Amino acid sequence: MPAQLSIQGMTHYFGGLRAVSNFSFEVPQGTIYGLIGPNGSGKTTTFNLITGIYKPTEGKILFEGKDITGEKPFRIVRGGIARTFQNLRIFSNLTAIDNIRIARHYTTKSGLASSILRLPSFKAEERAVKAESRELLELMHLGPRANELAKNLPYGELRRLEIARALATKPKLILLDEPAAGMNPKEVEELMSLISRIRDDFHVTIFLIEHHMQVVMGICERIKVIDFGETIAEGLPEAVAKDPKVLEAYLGKRGA
Amino acid sequence: MPTTKLPKLPKLLIAAALLYTVIELLNTFGVINGYILHIINQSLIYVILASSLNLINGITGQFSLGHMGFAAVGAYMSGSLTTLIFKLAPHAAGGMPLFVLSVLAGGVAAACIGFLIGFPSLRLKGDYLAIVTLGFGEIIRTVFNNIDAVGGPRGLLGIPKYSNFTVIFIAAFLTIVVIRNLLESSHGRAMLSIRENELAAELVGIDTTHYKVLAFSIGAFFAGIAGALFAHLLQLAHPTQFGFVKSVEVLIMIYAGGVGSLTGSIIAAFGLTFLSEGLRLGIGTLADVTGWPIGGEWRMVIYSLLLIFVMLFRTEGLMGTKESKLVTIGEAD
Repeated sequence: MPAQLSIQGMTHYFGGLRAVSNFSFEVPQGTIYGLIGPNGSGKTTTFNLITGIYKPTEGKILFEGKDITGEKPFRIVRGGIARTFQNLRIFSNLTAIDNIRIARHYTTKSGLASSILRLPSFKAEERAVKAESRELLELMHLGPRANELAKNLPYGELRRLEIARALATKPKLILLDEPAAGMNPKEVEELMSLISRIRDDFHVTIFLIEHHMQVVMGICERIKVIDFGETIAEGLPEAVAKDPKVLEAYLGKRGA
Repeated sequence: MPTTKLPKLPKLLIAAALLYTVIELLNTFGVINGYILHIINQSLIYVILASSLNLINGITGQFSLGHMGFAAVGAYMSGSLTTLIFKLAPHAAGGMPLFVLSVLAGGVAAACIGFLIGFPSLRLKGDYLAIVTLGFGEIIRTVFNNIDAVGGPRGLLGIPKYSNFTVIFIAAFLTIVVIRNLLESSHGRAMLSIRENELAAELVGIDTTHYKVLAFSIGAFFAGIAGALFAHLLQLAHPTQFGFVKSVEVLIMIYAGGVGSLTGSIIAAFGLTFLSEGLRLGIGTLADVTGWPIGGEWRMVIYSLLLIFVMLFRTEGLMGTKESKLVTIGEAD
């Protein structure tokens, strides 16, 4: 399968600290790709670099063959890369459906004037966006919550809402930052089947960061392990799990 | 069954028309005097100022402290047009269209300044943005204070009195309708998302830069309209009318009414304007009746205490972020 996302020699410094060091890897189209590593190993920084929150000190990021290095975040999203956050970033004081509708905003065409005058074309578009957003909520089992304020939803539902919001931007690649964080075993099970289903139903590539080994080993088709900004292993889950460097990073050096 | 469906009149329009008729009737039959009508006019202008500031501070989540600077631009721009360029006499034939044109020009000029001031908001947040907008407001005021052509520190005098209850009422009504319609559209939700979480907004494809500058421009446009109406109501534009303290007064209105609530801004604009004037009368009467040695200086003490109590017991302001059913449209159907 062709590489959808291609990272080439990406390095990033925070002042004197090298957070990401010479990363080169490819995320093939349609896979579920996992990025794992201990705390502070540069996982979230990698996501922040891909989504344009930071500009890499060195290196290139290619998405579907196009150089997106240093583009503005909103342009990268419009180009087809969506993401969720490790610490949820929900629009708390808005309803669940408005959270979704905002993610559809960039696809709408009604200008300021037709919105303020509430022309028929504007109303039709609002109706369409609303119907689509409701559909997306139903798909994530959040249908009954549509008109509730997001801040009143329980944690597990907020995680799903955030995934739904990312999907609403019509991505081709979706980055999930620790989607299983804070979930109980039952929720983790549901999440795993949800992630597989999203990949199949929405035809998106999934790139996730995760600590939860069950999730990583269970659904990822390819895994990259990093530590202190360096790649220590990459490959199929079974191979990575046996890699001595990986065991060392996670469990410490034998006899140390 | 096919039924002939009458076009449904928007409830806000009905409510506004009723309110307008009642006030006009009360005025015609002399139930309310010119003084009360003047306070009503002032309240309506404050409705424009508060709801437009709410678009910047409450809806888009930027912190502007220079709203009166925009009003000053509107006042001086329109005042210069009617007084110095068109040389309009009060009640001149064909004066009203020229007046409306001048007011709109005031709004557009203010919007241009708002567009410029919107740019620092791209880099600054919270307190820092507040200080920059405060500075901008003061600069605008100082500039007018030093332009002799518009009267310098004496102010621009002899502005014809064209603002009347009808004009101000229509302007306030249109302001609310425009901001409300904007709020209940995809553009408005984009602005709300910036308030809620700017990074998340950017990462669902919202051009946050565009919407912050847009909020400042639209907010400034209406502030300019308000300033223009003020100038043609008081028949002067004076630098001291547009100082920092006045900007804070508008800010207090949106906090007392509820940040992000248009209904709250309307209620607070009326409530606080009437309270401020009411206390003036009330304290005078109290001093006369009881013989207590209290004077006008107590007015602001009581006003401030009342505000403190509102904020203590309703931290989110009177309305919080809620809207009256009268103000919202509900979903497009």
